[in-house]
Amino acid sequence: MNYIFQLAIIFGVSFAGELLNAILPLPVPASVYGLVIMFLLLCTKIVKLEQVENVAELLMSIMPLFFIEPTVGIMNSYGLVKGKIIPLFIACFLSFVVVMIVTGLISQAIIRIQHKDKKSGIKQSETSR
Amino acid sequence: MNMNEVLSQSLFFGMIVSLVAYKIGFEIQKKWKKVYLNPLLIAIVIVIVFLLITGISYETYQYGAKYLSYFLTPVTVCLAVPLYKQIEILKNNLAAILISIVIGCLAHAGILISVTFLCKMDQQLLLSVMSKSVTTAIALGVTGEIGGIQGITVIGVMIAGISGAVVGPSILKLFHITEPIAQGLALGSASHAVGTSKAIELGEIQAAMSSLAIVVTGILTVIIVPWVVSLL
Repeated sequence: MNYIFQLAIIFGVSFAGELLNAILPLPVPASVYGLVIMFLLLCTKIVKLEQVENVAELLMSIMPLFFIEPTVGIMNSYGLVKGKIIPLFIACFLSFVVVMIVTGLISQAIIRIQHKDKKSGIKQSETSR
Repeated sequence: MNMNEVLSQSLFFGMIVSLVAYKIGFEIQKKWKKVYLNPLLIAIVIVIVFLLITGISYETYQYGAKYLSYFLTPVTVCLAVPLYKQIEILKNNLAAILISIVIGCLAHAGILISVTFLCKMDQQLLLSVMSKSVTTAIALGVTGEIGGIQGITVIGVMIAGISGAVVGPSILKLFHITEPIAQGLALGSASHAVGTSKAIELGEIQAAMSSLAIVVTGILTVIIVPWVVSLL
């Protein structure tokens, strides 16, 4: 019974996401509206973690199953990909490398600046003492 | 009534094909533990080869199999749970997380647009891979909204994931990305859950940051990608 209630909450939030997707003229998928709503519900403790946790973990553990059908659909668009497989692969790989480097280096720089600030902040307070 | 007609009316035929294919993929992964033996990738190849050999159409398969993908929205909603569990880390590193991921997303879009333009690729191909850094559930939603082809999106997502697991750590080393937080963010935002599996090997902070980066990158991609596409 507990699992059914958890599933009901998750489906309810999914439905709220669908409603927002239908009402708001933004290119945001229903699923991501739902994700944000669920996050806000958890943060405000309207929904408690243990009220959704088991079913959430169950669904996430079998997540790849849900991707098979849409991907097999590539069979029907093979004509569009044909002859562009190698450039497509290069585009995907290159953009992956760039994201890793950019995100990694920028976050590293920000963390180091923040740490320096903290350290110099401590030194100042020590000297003022 | 011939067999094909029976199958095309069956609610369970496509579902069984999907489940069995995934089970085989899962067992192969368990046996050899190679990152390129991605269970999803194997399952997709098995289903396509099976349909081609038997001559069963995609539509017949899809008639039953589509019910599995109805769970895409609820499972994306569930991603709020790991994000909520990491909320303290999110708060403590908010600036580093948001700034680096936003710039990463923009760089990602820029590179993809340049390469597809240089290779004279169809715009629909570009739209299909614009969201490929993020977790499949969100990437499929974005592709649906901007009008790409979902099958290509999943292939792009898998290329990103497997690349992250295979060469991710070497890239970190090559570019002297040594801060654990930065390592986790880089892996999670470039190669989602598959990258996170590698981040787990690097350490606890890397693992937490990487799993958090998956969801944050997903949400930011939803905002950034349609905006960039509208400029094209």
